[in-house]
Parts: sequence; C-alpha cells; structure tokens
Amino acid sequence: MSSAPRSIVAVPLAGESTSQISEKKNRISILFVSLRYLILIIGGLTMILPFMWMLATALKAPGGVLTIPPDIIPDNPNFASFRKVMDVVPLGQMFINSVVVTTLVVCSQILTSALAAYAFARMQWRGRDGIFTLYLATLMIPSQVTITPLFILMREFGWINSYKGLILPGIASAFGTFLLRQAMLKVPREYEEAAFLDGANHWQVFSLIVLPMVRPAIATFAVLATMASWNDFLWPLFVTNDANLMTLPVGLSLLQGEHTSDWNLIMAGAVIAVAPLILIFFAAQRTFINGMMQSGLKG
Amino acid sequence: MVGDTGWRRNGWIAFFVLPSLIGMLLFVIGPIIASGVLTFYEWDLLTDPEFIGFDNFRRLYHDDAIWQAFKHTLAFIFGYVPSVMVLGLLLALALNAKLKGLSVMRTAFFLPVVSSWVAVALLWTWLFNPRYGLINYGLEQIGIEGPKWLYDADWAMPAIVITSVWKDLGYIAVLFLAGLQAIPQDVYEASALDGATRGQQLRSITIPLLMPTVFFVSIIAIINSFQVFPQVWIMTEGGPAGATTVLVERVVKHAFSYGEMGYAATISWALFAIIFTVTVIQLALQRRVAYDV
Repeated sequence: MSSAPRSIVAVPLAGESTSQISEKKNRISILFVSLRYLILIIGGLTMILPFMWMLATALKAPGGVLTIPPDIIPDNPNFASFRKVMDVVPLGQMFINSVVVTTLVVCSQILTSALAAYAFARMQWRGRDGIFTLYLATLMIPSQVTITPLFILMREFGWINSYKGLILPGIASAFGTFLLRQAMLKVPREYEEAAFLDGANHWQVFSLIVLPMVRPAIATFAVLATMASWNDFLWPLFVTNDANLMTLPVGLSLLQGEHTSDWNLIMAGAVIAVAPLILIFFAAQRTFINGMMQSGLKG
Repeated sequence: MVGDTGWRRNGWIAFFVLPSLIGMLLFVIGPIIASGVLTFYEWDLLTDPEFIGFDNFRRLYHDDAIWQAFKHTLAFIFGYVPSVMVLGLLLALALNAKLKGLSVMRTAFFLPVVSSWVAVALLWTWLFNPRYGLINYGLEQIGIEGPKWLYDADWAMPAIVITSVWKDLGYIAVLFLAGLQAIPQDVYEASALDGATRGQQLRSITIPLLMPTVFFVSIIAIINSFQVFPQVWIMTEGGPAGATTVLVERVVKHAFSYGEMGYAATISWALFAIIFTVTVIQLALQRRVAYDV
C-alpha cells in the first residue's frame, strides 16, 4: 500500500491556539483509525467465520453436525469425514483430474498467448490488426454463447468424458493474448534491434529478450488463469458425466444430491476443493492481488 | 526485421500466431458462429437438426419461464450490485492506509475470492440451513426467528445475493483500491494546505476522482451478475417452485435436461444482447457524467 498517513499542516484560526488545533486533529485521526479497524475487524470476521465453520464441520465424524447449539470447535476433531467422502465419490481421482486439467490448461494458455502476443506486438504483418480486433470482440461474448456448439463439437469428436474434452477447448485465451500483448508493446525496440543485428532469430528474441521482460504480466495471467481453470464449473459440468473424469467443483456438486443431509462429508469435500488454491494464494499473495487489480477486462 | 524476408518471415509469423489462432478458431470463434446459426434450428442431438427460421426467437418472446428468469436475474442485480459496490468501496477506503495488521485482514477478504463457487455455495447452503444452520442459530440468540431461507420463495434470492456479496466483496474492494491509489497524493496535500477537512477531501476529491473506477466496477459487476449461475445451480437449482430461475440456468436446463440445443443457443444470444446493450448505455452515461479535474 503506497499511501502513507498524510501530514496535515495546521493553519491556526483566530481564537484557537496551535495546541488546541493539534489536539482536535489528533482526536479526529484517532476516530478515523478506529473506524477503519472497526470496519476491517467486523468485515474480516464475517469472511473468516464461515471458513472456520466449514473446517469445524469437516473435522467432525460423519453424522455429527446436527447439534443445537452448534459447536464451533469440535470436541474430538478427526478425519473420518474426509476418509468417508472419498468412498462416496472418487474425490482423490477428481483431485488428480483438477490438477492435471488446470496445469495443462494454464501452461498451454500461457504458451499460446505469449507466442501470439509476440506476433501482435512485435511483428508487422497483413491482417494483424483485423485478427487482433477479432480476438478483442470475442472477449465481449459471454462463454454461455459458445457452450452449446462446443458441447456438440466435443460429442462429434468423441471427447465427452475425456481429458481432451476438458483441456483442449481451453488451449487459447484471447484475454491472455491481450494482456501479454499490452506488456510486450512496452518493451523498448533497441534491445531486439541489437539482437537482430547480431544475427538472432525471432525465437531467440522472443525467448531471451521479450519474454523475460514481461514476466510480471505472465505471473498476473498465470494467477488469473489458474483460478479460472481450477474453479471452472460450467464447462466441466457439460463435458463430463462420468465421476472418474470430473473435476473437483463438478464432483463436489454431485455430493449434495446424493448426501443432502451429511454436511460433514460435503464440507470435507469443500475443504479439499478450496485448500490448494488458498495455499497457493498464501504463498503468492502479492501476485494474486496485483493480478486481481488488473483483471478488469476479464468476464 | 533484419534478415527475414518472404516465406521465411511468413513462417515465423505462422509459428507465433497459429497455435493460438487455431485454438481460437476451433474452440471460440467457430462455436460463436455456430451458435448464431444454431438459433435458427431445432436440434435434440438424436435426430437431424431442423431449420425452423425465427421460431426460436418467437418462442423466446412468448416464453413466460424466460421472462421470469429475466425478472429474477434483475432482482439479483438490484440486490447484489449496490450492496457489493457500497460495501466494497467502504472496505477499500478502510484498506487504503498503513495500519498494523492490515495484510492479515486483506488476506481474510481474499479467501472467498480464491475459493471455488461450488464450495462457497455449498458452505452457505449449510450456513442457511433453517434448522441446524449457523445463521438461524445466531438470529435466534438475538431473539429473531430466522426464515427458511433457501426453502422460502421470498428468502431464497436474498440468500443467494448475500452469498454472492460475501464471495465477491474482496475482489470489488481491490478494484476500488486500485482506483484510490491512482489518485495523486499531491491533490490531498494541496487541499490540506488550504485547510480542507477529511470529510471535505472525501466529498470533493476522493469521490469525484474515483468516478471512472465506480463506472468501471459497476460495468464489471453488472456483466458478471447477468451471468449468475453456479450459486443458483448449487443452492436452489432455480427453486423453490421456480423462484430463483435465472437466464444462464435456463440455457443449461434447455441444453441439458430438455435437449433443445437451438433454443438454448437462442437464450444465450438474448443474454449477450442484454449485456451488450447495458454496457453500451453505461459507457454512454459515463461519457456524459464526465468529471473534469
């Protein structure tokens, strides 16, 4: 956070001594600081309590939640619900599916977007601006528009219930291309001109000069793409109906239908689904928050 | 470029562009066009597609369920957008300072943002449980008998709105925070020299200079809320008694449960038309309410 507490220069008014004014100032700024803390503490608790409740419910034995009053801290925390939920749906397999799908989608999106961004930002060619405008236009169209024909296409290809169906439709990203192009436009020409004079080719300029200079933009995009892919629900819901090929969000949604009342199991599943991203978030908070700040164009 | 001419140059361009372009053509641009074509067809995926002209659009216009879903989507927007924006701005103002323990708080507000919608929706379904849920227990402690929430046609949508505000608050706040930090500090310093109070600064500097961000955030919030789906699908599936059906839920139902690919595509284009119109109006408004610094 860049804004330091501002020093306010007090101008004495007639009839007020300087010390009276600074005392008033102090009172006001104490008021402001307390107000800030109050908002943040109430807000923060509102955010954290439900998660604690999720965890507490998950750490109780199956069938152990229906108590009044609800006990926020379980008497005898255990992993029985975690073990049992794995028997109900193949949550372990779903976890692996989610990891594989997210990893491959994010890596290929970064690769294809960075390559295309280089061509859009650093090369002159006919049709470039037209195609780039087309990319931007697709950003305005909600994903629901493409989902029906995409589903039909997957059926034609025989990719329903397969990694191919989960991954390949996500290999390119107009948003990622746009984000990385903007970053690459800012790389000074002198670097690559010198490299070309030394006999470098486009791949060398791309991988050795341009790519390292847009690393922050790539990190931003990686974060946003990871969140989008890990948490994606609509597309995996369409393209899988075999539990062994579902990703975590879809598998989790399955739990509720089959075990409406056993909230211990459902919350154990929810913990498994949210924990990986929350851990990554803890490890790379700054990148996440910066990524969020720049995510405006998404959606 | 030095040394690259003719086919060799074209080879390089193809090398860089094609991986992305092929993916885009096959999985984004192609399906967008196909989706447009599909609106003129009836197709259950079992028999051959049948061309039916504008019948899907006529049906859409006369489909009460769609108008209901549209109404519910608007109800969601009118509940969600003002709440998330006011609370988000308040939070951003509180976060925009150097305070002890601030980063811990910021982390707290981001937990819901990075969590999957399905997990969050399930968590809140559990919290809103009329008998054993934490919320009605809390209400009971202060002497209020809580409603049946997701089982009550009047309270289901408010419950979905509350859940959505809770999930998105940190994200909206950080967008506002980006706007706040873009306001140059010297404007505040100059006004302080002229004896402006904190309240005056908020009214005459922060809020006017933040207007572009407010517009931008409102566009994002509205676009996102027209696409409200996972929370509805998990928490109520459009119920109880169709009280929370929304537009995307209609797309999914018609494609999935009723096998009406053409009609599902038609609804999705109606959704696009609405989002597009609203965005154009907002951008026009923003230009009119221009703020000169």
